[in-house]
Amino acid sequence: MTTQEIIKPANRVYGKTPVLTDTVMHYCPGCSHGAVHKLIAEVIEEMNIQHKTIGISPVGCAVFAYNYLHIDWQQAAHGRAPALATAAKRLNPDKYIFTYQGDGDLASIGTAEIIHACNRGENIVVIFINNAIYGMTGGQMAPTTLIGQITSTTPYGRTVELNGYPLRITELLAQLDGTCYVTRQAVHTPGAVRKTKRAIRKAFENSALKKGTSFVEVVGTCNSGWKLTPVEANNWMVEHMFPAYPPGDLKDR
Amino acid sequence: MAEKVLKKGNEVIALAAIRCGCDGYFGYPITPQSEVMETLMEEKPWETTGMVVLQAESETSSINMLYGGASCGKKVMTSSSSPGLSLMCEGLSYLAGAELPCLVVNVVRGGPGLGTIQPAQSDYFQATKGGGHGDYHLIVLAPSSVQEMNDFVDLGFALAFKYRNPAMILADGIVGQMMEKVELSPLKPRWTDAEIQQIAGDWATTGKTTDRPMHIITSLALDADVAERFNEKLIKKYNEIRTKEVRFETIRCDDADYLLVAYGAMARICQETVAMARAAGLKIGLLRPITLFPYPTAELQRLAPQLKGILSVELSAGQMIEDIRLAVEGRTPVKHYGRLGGMVPDPGQVLDALKQRFSL
Repeated sequence: MTTQEIIKPANRVYGKTPVLTDTVMHYCPGCSHGAVHKLIAEVIEEMNIQHKTIGISPVGCAVFAYNYLHIDWQQAAHGRAPALATAAKRLNPDKYIFTYQGDGDLASIGTAEIIHACNRGENIVVIFINNAIYGMTGGQMAPTTLIGQITSTTPYGRTVELNGYPLRITELLAQLDGTCYVTRQAVHTPGAVRKTKRAIRKAFENSALKKGTSFVEVVGTCNSGWKLTPVEANNWMVEHMFPAYPPGDLKDR
Repeated sequence: MAEKVLKKGNEVIALAAIRCGCDGYFGYPITPQSEVMETLMEEKPWETTGMVVLQAESETSSINMLYGGASCGKKVMTSSSSPGLSLMCEGLSYLAGAELPCLVVNVVRGGPGLGTIQPAQSDYFQATKGGGHGDYHLIVLAPSSVQEMNDFVDLGFALAFKYRNPAMILADGIVGQMMEKVELSPLKPRWTDAEIQQIAGDWATTGKTTDRPMHIITSLALDADVAERFNEKLIKKYNEIRTKEVRFETIRCDDADYLLVAYGAMARICQETVAMARAAGLKIGLLRPITLFPYPTAELQRLAPQLKGILSVELSAGQMIEDIRLAVEGRTPVKHYGRLGGMVPDPGQVLDALKQRFSL
């Protein structure tokens, strides 16, 4: 029996969304980015908004997000994606604009841009990947790095004295009147993946309703940066990241 | 009959933006140019032309808002003054690197640092040589009147879109703050979606339809050979701009023994110096560069053989003088006269400086 004989339309239970390109992803095996990319692509397909969605990619590992989703993309300077999204949305109110940002991009160099875009209640979607480390530059401390966590710039573990506290940016943004939906999710189990997809879908739907900014944090793994196997990384995330960054909705109005 | 009004240069920038069909203005207040955004907010163009006006949280953000808007093929602009422009340099490098059209107005004040709110021309290097990182150029227009503040908004957008490159109006605190009679441009409607498709349809992020590939706006090229080829493409574009877009004005240069070179408000003062010198029997001419990039190098080279000396007159410690020296390649002595920190010379002081520098 050949592959073609097995894969008949009648037998098909799952297919890759055409909104994902065929480009092989550069992400390390075990990284959360690929799963989140797929979920965004599926939501775009299901909502039939491929022709009116513009993605804004960050600086960091996800800079190449533009190679993987079959939509128009703008690649932003480090941390500035919410500023790009603000103008793109205000000048094109009928379009769906989302930013895709990591923790260094969103919660360190881009804090001003994300706070003010959320405070203005820009009708955009923000996907925030928090893996508590700078992946692309080789595993340095991020604003969300946990106390005691070892990175290449905290080789003896992050200390409060030297580095201050992990920044709970999502809690901060939930305080702002401009945000309508703020949630924290993960993609480490099939159940979590389904929940994250529902959250992303809701965020995109909100932007058409002009309710304000929708913010989806995904607590993710960087097993290469954490120097763990993919399975160990998932376990480490549940054990150490979730207490600091507990999954769930922070705001839904 | 064209509409004539008495307005400040900064106010005219705002009115010209609305009238030339600008889609969006994003700015942050800073003296001496805050009237630009204040005038736009008073005019409420979102109720008439549909133009978006937004006060950003910083100049860093406003220049990146231009990146987001320009990526969609929209006519977007900002204005600021020197310290604000320093913050925008990162964004300008990205805009040039992504080949995005936009218009940036710098109403220059004295520096360095927080400096002064008084007029200066000390951002010439920043405007013409880069400011941000990498091999890039802005197209730089230098208005010397309120009328040119009006005219260069439309011209700036036209050049920006023609070459897919950021354009800058390099004004100074004098041109920004002074009032003059100005003939406003006729009202042009904003581009429709169909017109944007015609003008920017092969690159803008307007939403990927089934009939075309995805559009990606980026300045990232990790492979060295790709990055080199892209830089060579930029150099080719800048050379085309150097060939086709040089603009300047000459006053009484034909028989001149000595030449003043000045731009912006300083050129207006030097015009009077030329009249004074001619009345005293001295054959002085004035070259006023209107584009600072591209620079009127060829015109200086044409004039150089007849000249006994050139005086670069700037409200800076001597920045444009380097472009004059590069143009004449040592064939003509080039001297500098400038006032700093917001001090502005009168025409007689310029004439005295010319006489002193060249022992006349």
